[in-house]
Amino acid sequence: MNIVVCVKQVPDTWSEKRLDPEDSTLDREATDPVMNEMDEYAVEEALRLQETHGGEVTILCMGPDSATQTVRKALSMGGDRAVHVVDDALHGSDAVATSLVLARAIETIDAVDLVLLGSESSDARMSVVPAMLAERLGRAQLTFAKEVTVDGPTVTIKRLTDDGYQVVEGTTPAVVSVVEKINEPRYPSFKGIMSAKKKPVQTYAVADLGIDPGEVGLSGAWTSVESFELAPPRESGRVVTDDGNGADRLAEKLVEFLASKKFV
Amino acid sequence: MIARGRRPVERHLPTEEAAALLDLTRELASEELAPRVNAYEAESRFPREVFHTIGRAGLLGLPYDERWGGGGQPYEVYLQVVEELATVWATVAEGVSVHTLACYPLAGFGSDEQRDRWLPDLLGGELLGAYCLSEPQSGSDAAALTTRAVVDGDVYVVDGTKSWITHGGEADFYSLLCRTSDEGSRGIACLLVDATTDGVSAAAPERKMGFTGSTTAQMRFDGARVARDRLLGAEGEGFRIALAALDGGRLGIAACAVGLAQNALDVAVAWAGERRQFGRELREFQGVSFMLADMATGVEAGRALYLDAARRRDRGEAFGKSAAMAKLFCTDMAMKVTTDAVQVLGGYGYVQDFPVERLMREAKALQIVEGTNQVQRMVIGRHLTRP
Ligand SMILES: Cc1cc2nc3c(=O)[nH]c(=O)nc-3n(C[C@H](O)[C@H](O)[C@H](O)COP(=O)(O)OP(=O)(O)OC[C@H]3O[C@@H](n4cnc5c(N)ncnc54)[C@H](O)[C@@H]3O)c2cc1C
Repeated sequence: MNIVVCVKQVPDTWSEKRLDPEDSTLDREATDPVMNEMDEYAVEEALRLQETHGGEVTILCMGPDSATQTVRKALSMGGDRAVHVVDDALHGSDAVATSLVLARAIETIDAVDLVLLGSESSDARMSVVPAMLAERLGRAQLTFAKEVTVDGPTVTIKRLTDDGYQVVEGTTPAVVSVVEKINEPRYPSFKGIMSAKKKPVQTYAVADLGIDPGEVGLSGAWTSVESFELAPPRESGRVVTDDGNGADRLAEKLVEFLASKKFV
Repeated sequence: MIARGRRPVERHLPTEEAAALLDLTRELASEELAPRVNAYEAESRFPREVFHTIGRAGLLGLPYDERWGGGGQPYEVYLQVVEELATVWATVAEGVSVHTLACYPLAGFGSDEQRDRWLPDLLGGELLGAYCLSEPQSGSDAAALTTRAVVDGDVYVVDGTKSWITHGGEADFYSLLCRTSDEGSRGIACLLVDATTDGVSAAAPERKMGFTGSTTAQMRFDGARVARDRLLGAEGEGFRIALAALDGGRLGIAACAVGLAQNALDVAVAWAGERRQFGRELREFQGVSFMLADMATGVEAGRALYLDAARRRDRGEAFGKSAAMAKLFCTDMAMKVTTDAVQVLGGYGYVQDFPVERLMREAKALQIVEGTNQVQRMVIGRHLTRP
């Protein structure tokens, strides 16, 4: 079974994010880049499926030059090869454009049975790319999987919902997005890091995929950020001093406070 | 709390792959070790699962040949990995060092057939090893050991007690030094004993002053039947194997001591920048900053000394004296630096809510294990006065 895993490089969730005042996109130079955490789960799941079903795992990444770090990391976890779409024209692409690029790139890879992705990226948090991608590829979409099993051409997932899960079935070729509950991603091993350097990485520009650069990037985006404002700095908390009768008036005071803030 | 935002130690690594290995080590240390260390040490819990994690990442066979699944790394690199681990959790770093020591008799003295058969498992990351030399009545005078191995057909029947065994009861294999004849240090053999062998058992773990997360226990060999093809090297060669293993092991302890001291130094520096007395931060008092300066100098000197010994070993030169010097200096340095770190924190240093009192208790063990520091001086002295 051949699997493609889409991985995205994002700013470290823990680092402070800044928007570039020039074009209202994320200032990626100001932050430490890492692999989108949810994508690590997708890579892990692909490797586990490969352990049982064989086949090849291809890592697919759309992102700037520096995203080779993320590609390397996925290869050092165990992916066999990678496709990296790098093009200045991609800067500022929205989800619609991203799904187009990923779809075209997947079409360059032979006999793909399964496409795996994280169900959201920690920077944009739209959760729409998996569905758009499935639509563009004309494949079954199975999203928010907390468990995936493959039996011949049948893919079954447990789809996480607010109050439990649904069992959803589809046939390969399919697109599956995963949530963190699905597994515990491995660390790359020292040997994996070494061998990752020797694994093939195919790079494409947008034009190589038959896409007009005007369809992607900021100019091709269906949505645009008009303006932005920084979140106001957090105000310091209010200390209520207990003058000895705190216990009997505590509930009252709390309700008063919450009501004044319109929380209740 | 304190010691956040510690800057990584500047290292001169020989290859790009070594740099990647150190990055991986730091990632494992911050994500897998740091969240556990305080609770495990407080509860005297042995972190077996952490050894699985770092073993799968490849850290349990670093200095051995890739042919048998090792990492093919020079000591210079392997030891810096141990040091990085010790900066976060000395129990794990010491465990890696002891495991590596336990693999040495097979890797260094086993036949190719023996190595093909067992070494990939020992280095594969799933198994953990222990090294059994000390006995209740024979510590520094290790050649006085009395555990017996008597041939019976195609097995050795082993009887005796080993003391202070790191990983005792947790390990999957034991590199065991035992007596096959009465000829003193020439009557000793080294056996590779599987933990599941009948007649091998561990006593209750010792209740120690420090390294409480690490298991240390007596091992009993009670008519244990060990196949004769598990003899490493020749009968009578065991003591030489034991000492050769310890030359490398001492470097592991030295690296561990440097990491431990680095940790204490980082905490002390952070504290001196935060704590205010007499209207100023502590670091502004010369009495404190001179103490920090001496601590930092000790750490750097220790690192330079163990790396010098490691590079000698990597070049195939004699390094026994240098290893003894590194073990002696680094562990005495760690004792002093951790003691001074407690001093810098004052009352806060003396309580268990802050990590430095634990580091001080841990440093003490390093002056004792793998040859006390008196024994290191004996070794160095012997090298100096050798005819
Ligand atoms: C935490 C811990 C883990 C350990 N792990 C292991 C392990 O995994 N495997 C293993 O085999 N052993 C292990 N040991 C044992 C350790 O190696 C011994 O404790 C050590 O070698 C000292 O032996 P001893 O305790 O019998 O002290 P002794 O040899 O009785 O020494 C007592 C004191 O006398 C001094 N002394 C002895 N002889 C001389 C001399 N000739 N000149 C000057 N001073 C001398 C010593 O330096 C020491 O200060 C461990 C010990 C500890 C505490």
